[in-house]
Amino acid sequence: MSQVASTTEAIPQRSRRRDLHLADRIFYRVVKGTAWGMMVLLLSMIVVIMTMAWPALKEFGLRFFVTNDWDTLGDSFGALALIYGTVMSSIVALVISVPVSVGVALFLNELAPRWLSKPVGFLVEMLAAIPSIVYGLWGLYVLAPFLRSEVQPFLSEAFGFLPLFEGPPLGVGMLCAGVVLAIMITPTIASVCREVFAAIPVAVREAALGLGATRWEMLRISVLRTSVSGVVGAVILGLGRAFGETMAVTMVIGNIEQIKLSLYEPAQTMASILANQYAEADSDLHLSALTAIGFCLFVVSLVVNGSARFVVSKFEKRERGEV
Amino acid sequence: MSASNSILHVNQLDAWFGNFHALKNISVDVKDHDVMALIGPSGCGKSTFIRCLNRLHEEIEGAKVSGDVFLEGQNIYGPGKDPVVIRRRIGMVFQKPNPFPGLSIYDNVAIGLKLGGMRDRHQVEEHVHQALCGAALWDEVKDKLKRPGASLSGGQQQRLCIARALAVQPPVLLMDEPTSALDPISTGRIEELIQQLKATITVIIVTHNMQQAARIANRTAYFLLGEMVEVGQTQQIFEAPVDTRTRDYVTGQFG
Ligand SMILES: Nc1ncnc2c1ncn2[C@@H]1O[C@H](COP(=O)(O)OP(=O)(O)O)[C@@H](O)[C@H]1O
Ligand SMILES: [Mg+2]
Repeated sequence: MSQVASTTEAIPQRSRRRDLHLADRIFYRVVKGTAWGMMVLLLSMIVVIMTMAWPALKEFGLRFFVTNDWDTLGDSFGALALIYGTVMSSIVALVISVPVSVGVALFLNELAPRWLSKPVGFLVEMLAAIPSIVYGLWGLYVLAPFLRSEVQPFLSEAFGFLPLFEGPPLGVGMLCAGVVLAIMITPTIASVCREVFAAIPVAVREAALGLGATRWEMLRISVLRTSVSGVVGAVILGLGRAFGETMAVTMVIGNIEQIKLSLYEPAQTMASILANQYAEADSDLHLSALTAIGFCLFVVSLVVNGSARFVVSKFEKRERGEV
Repeated sequence: MSASNSILHVNQLDAWFGNFHALKNISVDVKDHDVMALIGPSGCGKSTFIRCLNRLHEEIEGAKVSGDVFLEGQNIYGPGKDPVVIRRRIGMVFQKPNPFPGLSIYDNVAIGLKLGGMRDRHQVEEHVHQALCGAALWDEVKDKLKRPGASLSGGQQQRLCIARALAVQPPVLLMDEPTSALDPISTGRIEELIQQLKATITVIIVTHNMQQAARIANRTAYFLLGEMVEVGQTQQIFEAPVDTRTRDYVTGQFG
């Protein structure tokens, strides 16, 4: 009886294994195909962008990246102001967002009672789900007037001696873009920081408490000092988002290609000029210059992400003691 | 409290995790320069007990304590007592070595001093040096004090943790199975160290290894299911236990 049962069982099992083998092979091919497909897609994008950008790069050479001269009528293009705009607006965003994000993550993970941290954590994550055009509208109609009437006069009074806060309050401009970007990247940075903090073993926290550390001292020694690489990684992720952000920035930055140290001044970023001018580029050279900007944005993002990974792995090695 | 040379006196201590009654009515007296071993099957409450002695137990969500613990005559559970201040006077070494990952070897040892408010650099250096010597680690790390604590081997990390605890010169050191994650050579070094420590301080050590208890402790307490079944001279506990449950355990008939 049992022998019969086992033989009848054995037969379908073997054929099933053969099916599985076939399924495995199909699966392998599909996965391999998609992987190669992605590579080809990426390479072809690079090739297309390079080809389109070539005329402008050939015309202006290195000057394209180091001159600040964006003359659509005279067909003369230099992207320095745009690079400056992208980098500066992202720095402003980081300066505001990093302390806030780390603070939010510490509060939600370490200090807030669970009934509070759950809903508040959810709300912070939800900030990431708001479409960027909504941020743009809010920035334009709510934030910019508020900056102009309340914040900028105050900053001028307190820090007016710094070139950063010079000039008449305009509302729309670099500062406005930086603040909007800060809000947009905070959920990213905060949620990665929360994961990093949550991964720290209880034993490391108890080590500090056992030495007679107060809660704040424990957070400093056991949590913050242990999380440097993780927080750097989080910041880089946020930075990547700030670099590429287009719609909201375009709406609040004022869209003038200029390099002004004052944060009140309008500016232009690599992403925002693409959004502004791509549809109405008249000359081929203009189009080519815009594509070159796109390429530049692509390269900058790649470099930032690459160096971020490098920094993070350096810190991780240090933490593991490999120096 | 009772005897004049008693450094730690525990009186009717009870501890809970939520509704789970983990320690039941424990009273014991620990004398100055004692090495007291806590033995018993796992889950019987040894860790919980020593974590009540420096008020670390209450850090766990839902954990409660009742009863009194007198450290040098003062009730650490008395009204208005700050656990932070108490923990600075009682060192603790954990089961798994847990140096601060973000700090160098030097800073791992110095951190307790800095928390205690020591600012003078030479004084800190002096204490760090002493603590590392005291933990028999100085010769191995003196050339790489700036390296991360995590770069050391497991046994070295545990001695670093001992140095960290010793640096503030606490009168009492609590150790929770400090050698259970270590190889025999590292274990031997730490046992030697404990032998030297008892000249200056009192050590309470949890161990699941009865040979270890016999080697290093002059007093031993046997825990079972949250109770302290018996406590006495180590030799008496192992050779002539009064309680039959203790006898079953030390003769290996437990279970
Ligand atoms: N964080 C915790 N929450 C709930 N119960 C716990 C917790 N830690 C320990 N316990 C329980 O308390 C009892 C005593 O644990 P413990 O003191 O760690 O034992 P030992 O150190 O003797 O092995 C065990 O039954 C264990 O399951
Ligand atoms: Mg234990």
